[in-house]
Amino acid sequence: MSAAGGPAISVSGLSKAFGQTAVLDGVDLTVVEGTVFALLGPNGAGKTTIVRILSTLIAADAGEVQVAGRDLASDPDGVRSAIGVTGQFSAVDELMTGEENLRLMADLHHLGRGAGVARVAELLQRFDLVDSARRPVSTYSGGMRRRLDLAMTLVGSPQVIFLDEPTTGLDPRSRRTMWDSIRELVADGVTILLTTQYLDEADHLADRIAVLDRGRIVAEGSAEELKRRIPGGHVQLRFATPEALHAAVDLLDADSRDVEKLVIQVPGDGGVASLRLLLDQLDDADIEVEHLSIHTPDLDDVFFAVTGHPAAETASA
Amino acid sequence: MGALAYTVIDSRTLLRRNLLRLRRYPSMTLILIGMPIVFLLLFVYVFGGQLGHGLSSPLAGGHAGRDGYLNYVTPGILLMTIAATVQGTAIVVAMDMTGGIIDRFRTMAIARAAVLTGHVLASLIQTLASIAVVLGVAIALGFRPTANPLDWLAAIGLIALFAFALIWLATALGLAAKSVETASNTPMILTLLPFLSSSFVPTTTMPEGLRQFAAYQPFTPVTETLRGLLTGTQIGTRPIVAIAWSVGIAAASYLWARRLYNQRQPR
Repeated sequence: MSAAGGPAISVSGLSKAFGQTAVLDGVDLTVVEGTVFALLGPNGAGKTTIVRILSTLIAADAGEVQVAGRDLASDPDGVRSAIGVTGQFSAVDELMTGEENLRLMADLHHLGRGAGVARVAELLQRFDLVDSARRPVSTYSGGMRRRLDLAMTLVGSPQVIFLDEPTTGLDPRSRRTMWDSIRELVADGVTILLTTQYLDEADHLADRIAVLDRGRIVAEGSAEELKRRIPGGHVQLRFATPEALHAAVDLLDADSRDVEKLVIQVPGDGGVASLRLLLDQLDDADIEVEHLSIHTPDLDDVFFAVTGHPAAETASA
Repeated sequence: MGALAYTVIDSRTLLRRNLLRLRRYPSMTLILIGMPIVFLLLFVYVFGGQLGHGLSSPLAGGHAGRDGYLNYVTPGILLMTIAATVQGTAIVVAMDMTGGIIDRFRTMAIARAAVLTGHVLASLIQTLASIAVVLGVAIALGFRPTANPLDWLAAIGLIALFAFALIWLATALGLAAKSVETASNTPMILTLLPFLSSSFVPTTTMPEGLRQFAAYQPFTPVTETLRGLLTGTQIGTRPIVAIAWSVGIAAASYLWARRLYNQRQPR
C-alpha cells in the first residue's frame, strides 16, 4: 500500500436499514488514492448497499461519506462527476450498438465531438470491441457486455470507480480479461472499490480487503494478513503403505491423519517454496508419496475464521 | 455554461437516444398506430353507414351517411391515436427504469430533468408523426377538412398540447409501474375514454349518468374543439375547457412524474 496518497474514499459510521432490517450497521472504511479496496462477503452482507450509497443511488440513514474530496450528502453532483460505476446488472442499452452506447456516454460527459469520437475509438480498441462496435448489444455475449459496461464507465475518465461484483457470472477466461482491465486502471492511478464473493478475486486484485458480514466489517487487512487468520489451507498427502504414512507422521507436523485411507494433512498455503521444502523433506527421508493435493482457503474458510459461522448462514437480502 | 444550457444539451442527447431506440424497435410503434387505424376502418365501414344517418348535417360536415360519419369521427380517432401512442411512452419509460441503464444515468452528473425530458420530447415527436399517418389514412378514405391555415395551426397546437399532457401522464404511470407489463396495461384505460365521450357518437344519445360523465371528461371538449377547427362545427367555450384540462393534466402529471423520479435520490 502506498503511503503517499490521501484517502479517495472515507466512510465513517455508515448505517442503513430497509424497514426493520438493518443492512449496514456502522461501517467505517478508508480507501487510499490509487489503490484497490475489496469488500468481500456473501450475498446479503451489504456490499451492494455500500456501493449504491457511495455512488449516490440511495441515501444512507446515518454516517459521513467523502468521495474524491467531496461530501456525499452536501455535494452529490460533485461526487457524481468524479466517479464511475459498473454494477452487477449490466447498465447498457440493449437496442443500441456498442459504439452508440459509448457515444451516448461521451455526449453526456460533454466531451465535444472530436474528443468524443477519439475516446470512443480508444475504448473500443482497449476492450477488444472494434469488430462488434456496430452490432446491437443484444447480440453480445456476457463477457462482451461486461467489457462494454466497464468501457462506458471509463468514458468520463473517473477518479474513483465502483465495481459491484464485476466478474459474477463470467466464464473463467472473461474473468481473467476483466482482471487485466482492472489492473490497467490501477496502473493509470484510478482508485477502485470492488465487491466480490470470491477470495481469489480479492486476493489477485486488492491492496486491502474488508470482510463484510451482516452489515458490519468483521476483518480488514491485506490479503496476506487475512490469510494468516485462516486455518483452512493445507496439503493432503496419500501414501501407498501404512509404513510410509507413519514415517511421514513422525517427520512432519501433520494436522490430521486417516490411517485407513492412508492420508495425512499438513498445514501450508500451497506456495511453491513451501511445497518444495515439503517434498525435499520427504525425499530425504525416503518416503514415497502416492498422491498430493493442495487445498487453498476459500471464502467459506475466511468466513468461518472471522465470524465463527459459515457464509451460507447469512440471510440473503 | 449555466445549468439551463446543460439541461438543454443533455435533454437533446437523451432525445436522440430515445428516437434511435424507437427506430430500432419499430414493431411497437406500428402496433400502437395500428389500433386507431383499425378503429377508423371499423367504425367508418361497419358502423358508419348506419351511424351517419343519425347525425345532424352540421355535425357531419354537410355530408350524409358514411362520408358524414367519417367527418364526424376523424377528430376523435386522432385523439385516440394520442391515447394509443402514449402507451408506448409508459412502456419505454418502464423499460428504462427497470433496466440497468437508469442507475448509470443516476450516478452521472447529468442534468436532473434531462432523462424525463428526453423521453417526453421523443414521445411527442412519435405521437405527432403517428397523428400525421392516421390523418393521412382518414384523408385517403375521404375525410375533407374545411380548416383554413389558421385553423390548422390551432388544431396542431391543440393536438400537441393534449399529447404533451397525456405523455406526462403516461411517463408518471411508467415510473409508478413495478414492471413493464403493468406499464403496458395501465394507460389502456386512456384508449377507452374516447368511447365514453362525444368522439364516436354525440353525448346527447347517451343515457343519464353516462351522459354527464361524457360531457365533463377531458376527451369531449378536446374532441369537439378539434372537430370545430377541422370541420367547422360550433365550438363555443370548449377550447377554454380543453386547454384547461390539458394544462391541468400536464402540470399534475409532471409534478407526479418528477416526484417519482426523484424519490430514490439522496437529497
